[in-house]
Amino acid sequence: MADTNEILAGLAEIVAEETGLDAAEVTAEKSFTDDLDIDSLSMMTIVTLAEEKFDVRIPDEEVKNLTTVGDAVKFIEGAQN
Amino acid sequence: MTEVVVTGLGTTSPLGGDVASTWEGALAGRSGVSTLDNDWAEKYGMAVNFAGQLAVQPSEVLSRPETKRMDPSAQMAVVATREAWADAGSPEVDPERLGAVVSSGIGGVWTLLSAWDTMKEKGASRVLPMTVPMLMPNSPAAYVSLELTARAGAHAPVSACASGAEAIAMGYEMIQQGRADVVVCGGTEAAIHPLPISSFAAMAALSKRNDDPQGASRPYDTERDGFVLGEGAGIVVLESEAHAKARGAKVYGRLLGIGRTADGHHIAAPEPEGHGQTRAMQQALEVAGLAVTDVAHVNAHATSTPVGDMIEARAIRGLLGSHADQVLLSATKSMTGHLLGGAGALESVFTIKALQDRVAPPTINVTSPDPELEVDLVRDTPRALPEGQLAAINNSFGFGGHNVALVFGSA
Repeated sequence: MADTNEILAGLAEIVAEETGLDAAEVTAEKSFTDDLDIDSLSMMTIVTLAEEKFDVRIPDEEVKNLTTVGDAVKFIEGAQN
Repeated sequence: MTEVVVTGLGTTSPLGGDVASTWEGALAGRSGVSTLDNDWAEKYGMAVNFAGQLAVQPSEVLSRPETKRMDPSAQMAVVATREAWADAGSPEVDPERLGAVVSSGIGGVWTLLSAWDTMKEKGASRVLPMTVPMLMPNSPAAYVSLELTARAGAHAPVSACASGAEAIAMGYEMIQQGRADVVVCGGTEAAIHPLPISSFAAMAALSKRNDDPQGASRPYDTERDGFVLGEGAGIVVLESEAHAKARGAKVYGRLLGIGRTADGHHIAAPEPEGHGQTRAMQQALEVAGLAVTDVAHVNAHATSTPVGDMIEARAIRGLLGSHADQVLLSATKSMTGHLLGGAGALESVFTIKALQDRVAPPTINVTSPDPELEVDLVRDTPRALPEGQLAAINNSFGFGGHNVALVFGSA
């Protein structure tokens, strides 16, 4: 099971691959839409890849609540248990 | 009538990552065909283990997110589009007067089959949301439209191996009909995947010359045994002459006429007498207002199949009559392999370069020409085309009986 830092690093890697941003820019307080310019289709790609990477399920209805990278990290962390 | 000129060219092909290297390779008579660098033949028991693979992979020139969001067929189209657009001088065009017509014969076959593999292996929840936007056959046209903000229309006419030529024909119509001033058009294909190869091989359509891949594509040679699958894209920028003149654009040549017919005969075999092919060439010359004696060069469809090559050759001879003795015939698939939906577009690039440089590219691997061939075939080394106003025909024919002829003219 991954800890908070590992989840953040892993998620940053997925976001970087999908968007071309530097992984270092993908920090917990960043908003997916406002700061990282990620559209809904990219967000669903990131969610699908994150589900596989962390072996968790992120329900579609939950995705709209994941405003920041930190929100996603927190959700994944909780879903692992 | 609105005159249509060609103001930009782009490609990525088995001979090179751009027009300059591809054209240089073609004039040098180089083969872009090679043995596949993978274990497919062994793993799947494939009868064919070679193809005309891209000289420069799109991943070498596109960003990582671009390669993840586009099927290889769209990636190749975008690579060729960037070259063609820069070559045209990256003109300022009202987006509503700019069109994109980019075809693929097969579509996003890599995306489709990889996603199905993922689903079978890991379940439906692992299927990525971009799967459909990547596999749809209009994806290359849509990405080119996005790339250039082309809003006059984005189209993807699909007609198997005639698709790329048909896209150019549609681009011509968009300008003729006043829908656009500039249209970026062409074709692309990324089908070097075990499944299409095996399917073509099952039809006995492919050459099985595994021990001599570079000598496998040999149109009009008595020893030809099928086509060689290739991959890549060709893009041409078409523009109304008035628009090109107003901005002082460099003009490569003209698209003078288009002809399109259907055989209505068989799903895969060409009609043996080549009537549909003849009518396509005739129609294109009529639209161009040219006589057969104006034709100096033909870039043939000629894929190196035992039956297809001679049907086309007889149709050309039948149409041109004794003038065929003065026409230089080139079959560039001998070097590039067959790009399917990309073929008519890459060969349009070759035809336009031939008219510009006054040189017909060679047909390689013809050691023993078919005795029935009654057109002057350019073999081994390029040959000079005459001075003055010249016209050339580029033929493309597709499974399903689609026949497209384009008539280009010198600038």
